[in-house]
Amino acid sequence: MSQITNMPNGGGGFLTRSRWNPYLVGIGIGLLSWAVFAIVNAPLGVTTSLSQWAGLAAEPVMGVEGVRANPYWTKDFPQWDYGTFFLIGTFFGALVGAWLSRDLKIEVVPSVWRERFGGSPTKRLAVAFAGGILAMYGARMAGGCTSGNGLSGSLQLAVSGWTFFITMFVTGLATAWLMFGRKRSSVPSSSTESGKERI
Amino acid sequence: MSLPITGNASLVLAVVFGFIFGLLLQRGRVANYNTIVNQFRLKDFTVLKVMFTAIVVGGIGVLVLHRLGYAAYHIKPANMLGVVLGAGIFGVGMVTYGYCPGTGIAAVATGSVHALVGFAGMLVGGILYALSFSWVNEHILGVAALGKVRLPDVTRIADWIWFIILAAVAAIVFYAIERLMPKT
Repeated sequence: MSQITNMPNGGGGFLTRSRWNPYLVGIGIGLLSWAVFAIVNAPLGVTTSLSQWAGLAAEPVMGVEGVRANPYWTKDFPQWDYGTFFLIGTFFGALVGAWLSRDLKIEVVPSVWRERFGGSPTKRLAVAFAGGILAMYGARMAGGCTSGNGLSGSLQLAVSGWTFFITMFVTGLATAWLMFGRKRSSVPSSSTESGKERI
Repeated sequence: MSLPITGNASLVLAVVFGFIFGLLLQRGRVANYNTIVNQFRLKDFTVLKVMFTAIVVGGIGVLVLHRLGYAAYHIKPANMLGVVLGAGIFGVGMVTYGYCPGTGIAAVATGSVHALVGFAGMLVGGILYALSFSWVNEHILGVAALGKVRLPDVTRIADWIWFIILAAVAAIVFYAIERLMPKT
């Protein structure tokens, strides 16, 4: 299947192992949330800061004044704050993690997509772009994404968090069924991580 | 040293906490398109294992910290129409993008080009939301707005009972997954 890369890299220790046990990872994220709540008085979240970045991205077109006048960005104005630095940390954490486990790979068309829709980069990139728009728009309307609502909200027993978690799973299952579920793929599934090449 | 830490020191901590988060996402294999999409195809339960474990472990700890006075809650308002519609759109987006916003950023770092293109899509989505915010605020966010409520508020079931229930559900679900699913 797609998880061929699970095998630890030969002879490596914990830090160079490609995959950690998902329950251990879950415990780690849970412990991290303790630290974040207690030490910096903030929940784990991603899209509040991302929407500020979107404001920065809009500045060349809308102008600084245009962005500043927008009623949404008045609320969450683009700034170098805790959330932004958290996302920078997230990027480098994943980068160093992938580097240590030799999992840094250029991936344009992932194998699960390729098995169903073929190897066209254009198709995959177009759908990824559209998906990104939907994910961000939906997350902002809901007040948070998988991190802010699904994780931080749910662990605080917030009604918004659990409503988000359950609803997004339902529409996600429906989408996956529409995309992948109706018929078996005609392209034979490859046992290698096709579409990926090591850097 | 008094908590919470604010100012520039908190920005350093932000990078540290983010770093740990990104590392955990990458090693948990959830910064991976195949893992996320296969969760929604019910072929791989890694995402559920990670998230449910994090919710139970994190929730019990934050509850204790809160009761001891070391942590404040940060509850998002339950604007039910907005949350349901937004989460509904988000679920479609997560499966078509193949990542959620946090795992997408982590995936960009590991070399995923389609995650980067989807990241650009997220910025566009953020701009579209800001441009439509007045309308959404007026017509959607105020509908069935329950305020910053928690499950114990609306159900009259105490926090600790909720966590006993959640831990029991998690144990049963994880046991079933491990028994029924082929090892990946």
